[in-house]
Amino acid sequence: MKISRSLPFRNLAGKPVRTAVLIFLTALLSLTVFGGTLMITSLRTGLRSLESRLGADIMVVPYEATTKSNLENIVLQGATGYFYMDHARYEKILSREGIGQVSAQFFLASASSGCCSLAVQIIGFDPETDFTITPWIKKSYSQTLQKYDIVVGNDLNAFVGDTLSFYGTECHVAAKLDKTGTSFDTAVFTNQETIKALIQSSIDLNMNTFRNINPEQVVSCVLINAAEGYTPEEIVNDINIHIKKVKAIQTKEMISGISDSLQGVSRIIGILILIVWILGIVILLLAFTMSVSERKKEFAVLRVIGASRKKLAGIVMQESLLICLAGSAAGILPGLLILLPFHQLIEEQLNLPFLLPNSGAILGYVIGAILASVLTGCTAAAASALRISRIDTALILRGDN
Amino acid sequence: MILKAEKISKEFIRETKNSNRFLALQETDLTLEARSLTVLTGRSGSGKSTLLNLLAGLMLPTSGKIFLDEQELYAMPDQVLSRFRNQHIGVIPQGQTALHSLNVLENVCLPYTLRGEDAHQAEAEALLEQLDILHLKSAMPAELSGGELRRMAVARAVLRKPELLLADEPTSDLDDENTRTVFAFLRQAADQGAAVFVVTHENDAFRYADRCFRMDGGRMQEQSAD
Repeated sequence: MKISRSLPFRNLAGKPVRTAVLIFLTALLSLTVFGGTLMITSLRTGLRSLESRLGADIMVVPYEATTKSNLENIVLQGATGYFYMDHARYEKILSREGIGQVSAQFFLASASSGCCSLAVQIIGFDPETDFTITPWIKKSYSQTLQKYDIVVGNDLNAFVGDTLSFYGTECHVAAKLDKTGTSFDTAVFTNQETIKALIQSSIDLNMNTFRNINPEQVVSCVLINAAEGYTPEEIVNDINIHIKKVKAIQTKEMISGISDSLQGVSRIIGILILIVWILGIVILLLAFTMSVSERKKEFAVLRVIGASRKKLAGIVMQESLLICLAGSAAGILPGLLILLPFHQLIEEQLNLPFLLPNSGAILGYVIGAILASVLTGCTAAAASALRISRIDTALILRGDN
Repeated sequence: MILKAEKISKEFIRETKNSNRFLALQETDLTLEARSLTVLTGRSGSGKSTLLNLLAGLMLPTSGKIFLDEQELYAMPDQVLSRFRNQHIGVIPQGQTALHSLNVLENVCLPYTLRGEDAHQAEAEALLEQLDILHLKSAMPAELSGGELRRMAVARAVLRKPELLLADEPTSDLDDENTRTVFAFLRQAADQGAAVFVVTHENDAFRYADRCFRMDGGRMQEQSAD
């Protein structure tokens, strides 16, 4: 490479410690910007995914299930559990005013003992009326589920074609769902015919805490979308006033806790990014200023040899560009190596929905983080470049004597 | 090439006894002709280096004009003047002037390589040999003595065979033998067609000079070369 082009690189290579410190700083900046942005986005995508999976304005459950944490644990946190109410209450709900889409769901928790292959939450739905699970399952499995067909969440260690046993009843894995970043990734889904049979098997094995129920006459919850012209609040109030022993809850209230936690985490990450960014600019500004100051004589010599003021500024800017590009790579790479393979662990630790965006979006964040680092580095170097472009060559050369 | 300086002066803003202005160089006329070696001596702070920097296009005069042939030096925009200096003016600045990330040969070749031209390594090596530092061509500046660095700067200044060669204390770190070598070298550059202007404290320099000047308090006076 010609010296005219390689001089910035040679200058950096000639001062390895200073260069390494500058690269480390920009790497830290890139890692924070990239990792922080990806974390915030993944949490937001996870929350959107959860909202979309819940897919209804209102959830109606038996009153005894609504010690709120219990319900949230089952619906949002992936804890296993089940509760039932009479089918008659479902009929009453159907008769209320303002009900748009409505469908019943059936819950069952499999056991960890020998009767069951996996201890999971099993969710049954009515294919005739369902409007929350079916559209999602359709993305992975376009056929109609037959009796004893199940669809498994993405995080479960089961694959299409496997046979899983629940309470001694063998079920066939028809499909595996896409990742959602929510508790649904550890659940199993099936139609109401299958789950009713499984509930009956659990009762037969004396493993169901509800011993006296008839699976044909119960539902676990009712999901409702408000009809046009009605608000979810109106319907919730109406149901809670007029139908006994049930509790209607707006799903957005259920996830408000998660939403608040997510906002808190996002705010902390945002503040961290801002602090690192400001620190990065200040430290890089000082580092570039010191670096240029200690080489004033060399820049004066380049002027003597015939470098224009613009050329001197160009050398400083190229040096900063090289540092920022190397720093970006050094920061983003570990970010990818941490977030991509360990996103499930992060999800578990945060206890929040966490769904990585698609690869195109991740590439966008990589480019964004590189641009942010380059912009920061070049802004910090610009003052030094301007200063060096205005050096009084004669004064510097004379000052050496 | 003929350099003509017409009534050039340089004033700095600096606290003095009577004002805040310091006249480093009083109105001065100077002509440097091709194939001549001109020596300027004088006490430290007398204005010698100021004059040299003005002639090199590195410091705007307070008054007066400098012409190289027909070209007025300070009428050129910075990019043009920089290119002009690169191609026509060789400068040996005061002190140590190596770029520490480049080795000796790369430093010497800079007048060419800085602008993306071929390095002219063979010519550079010939110069280093003449100055007795060819064996150090791959060494880094930090490994060289002060005298060796000065000789490297001399080689760098003459590599492009400039029509105007300006040397500011070129022998300040050299022993007697190397001082003679460098002056002989500058003399040779003049004999080959350059207009050479040397600022020095060395009385030995008179032996090589065609014209001699002395600077005192910013005023330049011609002296006998004898």
